[in-house]
Amino acid sequence: MKWEYSAAPESSAIADIKDRYMPFIDGAFKEGSGEDRDTINPGTGNRLSTVSTVDAADIDRAVKAARRAYENVWSEMPGAERGKYLFRIARLIAERSRELAVVETLDNGKPIKETRDFDVPATAQYFFYHAGWADKLQHLGLGPAPRPLGVAGQVIPWNFPLLMAAWKIAPALAAGNTVVIKPAETTPLSILVLAEIIADADLPPGVVNIVAGAGDVGSALVNHPGIDKVAFTGSTAVGRRIQRELAGTGRKITLELGGKGANIVFEDAAQDQAVEGIINGIFFNQGQVCCAGSRLLVQESIAEEFIERLKQRIETLRVGDPMDKNTDVGAINSEAQLGRITALMKAGIAEGADLWSSSCPLPKNGFYLSPSIFTNATPSMRIAREEIFGPVLTTMTFRTPDEAVTKANNSPYGLSAGVWTEKGSRAMGMASALRAGVIWDNTFNRFDPAASFGGYKESGFGREGGPAGLAAYLDTDDEAVMP
Amino acid sequence: MSHLTVAKTYKLFVGGAFPRSESGRTYQARDSKGNFMANAALASRKDLRDAVVAARKGYSAWSKATAYNRGQVIYRIAEMLEGRRTEFLELIKTSSGTTSKAATAEVDAAIDRLVHYAGWTDKLAAVLGSSNPVSSPYFSYSAPEPTGVVGILAPPGAPLLGLVSVIAPVITGGNACVVIAAEHDPCVAITFAEVVATSDVPPGVINILTGRSSELAPHLAAHADVNALDLTGADAGLHKRLEQAAAETVKRVYAPKGVPDFAAVPGMGRLRAFLEIKTVWHPTGALSLSGGNAY
Amino acid sequence: MTTREISPRAAAPLPAHLVDATADESSLRRFLRGLPGVDPVGIEQRAAGLATRSIKRESKLAAIDLAISMVDLTTLEGADTPGKVRNLARKAMLPDPDYPETPHTAAICVYPDMVPTAVAELKGSGVKVASVATAFPAGRSSLDVKLADTKIAVDGGTDEIDMVIDRGAFLAGRYGTVFEQIVAIKQSCGDARLKVILETGELATYDNVRRASWLGLLAGADFIKTSTGKISPAATLPVVHVMLQAVKDWKAETGTQRAVKPAGGIRTAKDAIRYLVAVHEVAGPEWLDPYYFRFGASSVLNDLIMQRRAQLDGHYSGADYVTVD
Repeated sequence: MKWEYSAAPESSAIADIKDRYMPFIDGAFKEGSGEDRDTINPGTGNRLSTVSTVDAADIDRAVKAARRAYENVWSEMPGAERGKYLFRIARLIAERSRELAVVETLDNGKPIKETRDFDVPATAQYFFYHAGWADKLQHLGLGPAPRPLGVAGQVIPWNFPLLMAAWKIAPALAAGNTVVIKPAETTPLSILVLAEIIADADLPPGVVNIVAGAGDVGSALVNHPGIDKVAFTGSTAVGRRIQRELAGTGRKITLELGGKGANIVFEDAAQDQAVEGIINGIFFNQGQVCCAGSRLLVQESIAEEFIERLKQRIETLRVGDPMDKNTDVGAINSEAQLGRITALMKAGIAEGADLWSSSCPLPKNGFYLSPSIFTNATPSMRIAREEIFGPVLTTMTFRTPDEAVTKANNSPYGLSAGVWTEKGSRAMGMASALRAGVIWDNTFNRFDPAASFGGYKESGFGREGGPAGLAAYLDTDDEAVMP
Repeated sequence: MSHLTVAKTYKLFVGGAFPRSESGRTYQARDSKGNFMANAALASRKDLRDAVVAARKGYSAWSKATAYNRGQVIYRIAEMLEGRRTEFLELIKTSSGTTSKAATAEVDAAIDRLVHYAGWTDKLAAVLGSSNPVSSPYFSYSAPEPTGVVGILAPPGAPLLGLVSVIAPVITGGNACVVIAAEHDPCVAITFAEVVATSDVPPGVINILTGRSSELAPHLAAHADVNALDLTGADAGLHKRLEQAAAETVKRVYAPKGVPDFAAVPGMGRLRAFLEIKTVWHPTGALSLSGGNAY
Repeated sequence: MTTREISPRAAAPLPAHLVDATADESSLRRFLRGLPGVDPVGIEQRAAGLATRSIKRESKLAAIDLAISMVDLTTLEGADTPGKVRNLARKAMLPDPDYPETPHTAAICVYPDMVPTAVAELKGSGVKVASVATAFPAGRSSLDVKLADTKIAVDGGTDEIDMVIDRGAFLAGRYGTVFEQIVAIKQSCGDARLKVILETGELATYDNVRRASWLGLLAGADFIKTSTGKISPAATLPVVHVMLQAVKDWKAETGTQRAVKPAGGIRTAKDAIRYLVAVHEVAGPEWLDPYYFRFGASSVLNDLIMQRRAQLDGHYSGADYVTVD
């Protein structure tokens, strides 16, 4: 019997997308003095809404508001009270979770199944977790009363707009800092709905300020002299530039940059679950994840059979309208990103790797790409070294565990790695030997606010989540200085 | 007839050995009165390159040693330093022109500093690591790991205590280092290297170069196989340039505000600065079919 | 282990490596232990993920009709009487008298002594008769007794036999014993199709479910079936995932398509549809047919009927509108 799933669209009415959104500065939504920017729904390619952006004067206002709020209100407030604001925000997020999920899917292009079941619940949990730390900072091993850094300037990417906002705002506030934060230019909406929630929670004005705009706004923000701490998540290229621009300023920085994660499958892996893990590793969020398992290193003895299973499983992935509840793989975030991915795919073909793509039909409108695998790739190819940031897996083989370690570590990146083996001692040994900030044994893409996340080498420095993540927003310079 | 001194040749300390600079260059170390002390090796960028290679090798061995073993080795450095305290007293008095009392205090503090860090190696994971109570069926832990090779600019003033205070926290965490010694105190630095060389420290874990900081530091900062920098000894003028160079390879940069008071008890800042936190997830289960989510 | 005659039903020749696997007890053990393991957290997550598929409108109606046509309507009680079995048979043939185009179920499933009653009632209807056998549900008796039990059902005219494996032997590692028993029962089935009940709740690990599935397939099972329905846990989505993967892999290796039957714990139409989604996505659409997939259940039929009416009428139905028996 041929059984087609009918379309099962989530209703977009609950999102109540406005025609225009404005920056949130000093507790109010006010017009910015920058150019208006349209934001597109990548699932359809159509305009979704318009956002008023900021100029340098607005950024200055925002930083000053954050400074005032820091000095007069937030740094004076007992931690327990700060925590209660964060708990409120967590609960409000949970209450408006369906709305937030729909907004995020419409603006980003990721499937509603993912925003509903992962992005939004994780966002609420992130605020909830950090709320509890606000009055317990003395237990971090940083002294009896660790001081916050002051005003944090934060720039976040388009791949998990709402979740990244939580990853930045929650720890900063829990530690006693105030923030000025800029969402990515293609995904400004969900954080501006979060701003409504923040206002409903009665958070004192100026504690959180949201400025919308493009790369120039981000640059102006991180370079603003009134910022004590910079936190950036985005590409390694931009991260390097920020670190260079801030050289000599004494400003604290944390960077969460790119990756080329190795997903390593041993011959004794639980094969069917390893297939699921590889799929999740590269097609979750359309592969637009810094910690994506974008390199498959499969033991040569099972490579042929394993790749065959992978292809069969990929053929069952449903690519299409992100608002359809049965969609597994949604739209690429923007036309520009689609162009970057296909350019690297062309390079892969030119360099001699074999490309296989799913035969799933793609919607006519919107920015879509068939899930793809490159086989017969070698470590020297661009597709094996450069971050593609799309639903494209590069596959290579290895013979022995040592070789797997060497190949996995042979990268300027070091954000994540996956290990698939049933042998416990090998799983633990690999976890030890792999130079990456997050090691997933027999699983992939697991996140939790209690489990610190961040990279080695050019994947960045500093951690988010857990006690290590909080330390990034506190003064850890405990060295005595000469009077 | 009074004994004619056999003057020591001060060379570099790289890979556990004492080579001369490949450039053949030297510079004159003078004491506090301006008298000639020694011709110290004037390290070149090629020496620095070799030192980084040695450090990478040393790091490989050092990071695989158990924390307990590393603690024992660092304690041994303290033992060896204690054994040579008189020599260092004389050296410091001559080179810095300080009083006996001040020199004694410095040597005592340096030895105690090493003992302090020796006691840290097997405790970092307990203090900086965690078992993560994730809300899904996984065992998750986070633990500190060394970042790799650290380039250190040693501070001028307090030639022994300053040197020990920047090296010890770095190696405590399992890192290897390439140290650019304070330009005007090469003799103390290389004599300390002799202490290190007799302390069972694996070759390459500590490398000490003497020479011009302004010449060497930029190469250290730009070197792609150096993971982090300690800019304690950098001049204000050099600082910004070095941080800019470090940005090209996203190095972790530690730059203290102000001049550190090394006499004070150290906190954990210098330990944390050169440690990466690694988080591991592993599924737990496989006990029965009725556990987990029931359908 | 004695040599066995190849039954005329197991005609398709197996590839050499699978024949080798059944050469003796130790070969069988090595083969079964060499199968890839199953990570329980991973498989439960996949099952949970598939369970969020949203099946609406036309596809939902099609799924409901398919599910109804796959039900083995079951009564396995000590208190079963001919009257009870006749009522069940009538229900199987015409599940919803107000909607006579509702498909009939695949079969009814009864104890061996009830087979003649079932056969007489269902004559000409297209609904098959399935009978449990082999000292169901515990399976704790001699092979002779199990064969005699099976003979009662076969002589009575059953279309299908639902046997239980010897779980004690399996857990004690005596895979050869389990294998031989299945082969012997299969030989005594004649033309009846054999369902092999693994009783996955007693096997207790997914690795064992995979091994027992392959053991059943190697021994000639037409169906591998999860449970007797008499203990908990019975069928679960992750367990059925493992079994669907086994028949899929079996087909890839031998060219032969075998069937799967979850039994017990399937109470609502929603549950049934989740299983169909699993069949569709794990094994493949070729299994979406009562010949290759069944539900061992009783109460789910009424929920399927009510959901079917809700789709057609546009409003929810109620218990008073569907017959109890």
